[in-house]
Amino acid sequence: MSVLIFTLIILVGSCFAGLVGSLTGLGGGFIIIPLLTIILRVDIHYAIGASLVSIIATSSGSAAAYVKEGITNMRLGMFLEIATTVGAVCGAMLAMYIPTHFLAVILGTILIFSALLSLRKKAQQIVEHKSALAEKLKLNGSYPGADGTVNYSISNVGGGFVVMLFAGLLSGLLGIGSGALKVLAMDSIMKVPFKVSTTTSNFMIGVTGAASAVVYLQRGYIDPAISMPVVIGVLIGAMAGSKILVNTKSSGWLRWFFVVVVLVLASQLIYNGIIGKI
Amino acid sequence: MAAKTRFKDADMQAVIGWVLRIGVIVSVSIVIFGGMVYLYRHGSEAPNHKHFITQPSFVQLGGILQGIIDFHGRSIIQAGIILLIATPILRIIFSTISFALEKDRLYVLISLLVLLIIFISSISGHIA
Repeated sequence: MSVLIFTLIILVGSCFAGLVGSLTGLGGGFIIIPLLTIILRVDIHYAIGASLVSIIATSSGSAAAYVKEGITNMRLGMFLEIATTVGAVCGAMLAMYIPTHFLAVILGTILIFSALLSLRKKAQQIVEHKSALAEKLKLNGSYPGADGTVNYSISNVGGGFVVMLFAGLLSGLLGIGSGALKVLAMDSIMKVPFKVSTTTSNFMIGVTGAASAVVYLQRGYIDPAISMPVVIGVLIGAMAGSKILVNTKSSGWLRWFFVVVVLVLASQLIYNGIIGKI
Repeated sequence: MAAKTRFKDADMQAVIGWVLRIGVIVSVSIVIFGGMVYLYRHGSEAPNHKHFITQPSFVQLGGILQGIIDFHGRSIIQAGIILLIATPILRIIFSTISFALEKDRLYVLISLLVLLIIFISSISGHIA
């Protein structure tokens, strides 16, 4: 196999990962790591480094569009980024000392959980009751809804902050955006309306990824030869995915299909990790 | 008009959207260009990424500039990647300025704290 073929295989795989990641809402990083490690036998640290770079690209690209629509709660995002970046730096440092087959098993497990989470029904909720801390931090916001501006309040700021620490830790440890966990924390714990939580989570992923990526960069785990096709491929796939999401109303069966794909990849990852092949 | 002189959240959103978009477009273009140079020069060699191996000096932080001057594809890619990593960090810097213009002192502090965390993380390789 030559470098050219190797690069083309990663490029095609990354397009697929970006597409699946955007259709399931899991993010491209999740799928590219098993592809690189199981099929192409790339060292998992390189795979994580490349994945981090690609999630920075996709989240920044889509955040640019969301921010202009005025749905993203930038104060909430900035405040929670304290937690996600601290977590991310700790996770990235930790990853340097954890054996690769352990990382594979952890990633596989988290992947299965997130895939199942992504099938969860999303209920729109607007909370009006005031939390003193949210008030003080100016976290309550509004967004343009179908019939005028919707005002919302935020509860349990402390609880959300702690879960964000954990989300950041996973992000730095495994090179994923942990968007599913971020959204879950904002939805279920802080009672942020779903529209706001998804865009704000996406907004935070870039900064969280950057905080981990600088650690991987210094340790030499960001390899340009691998990251190049991954970034380009994931971006193309993610853009195609968002086009499909806009154009097809009933993407239900598509989600199911890809969740099954993700589950198969995850179990492969766990199996290979346990027998020590990664 | 008085409203024009005051800096508002909507202005911040426009500026930040713009920073993110330009950052991604420029850095990914550099990555694509570097990728073409790299494949042109090394496309037919055999890849080896199975185990962690020491990277050549021209992709390490200190050697990238010299690598670009020597026209190494991987140095150009790495420069694009570093710019991409810098994009969200640049976004925080712009947010900090925006919060300062809005005279929101609490959020200037919060933004600076996030920047500080990333800064400490980015020098961690030199202390640990």
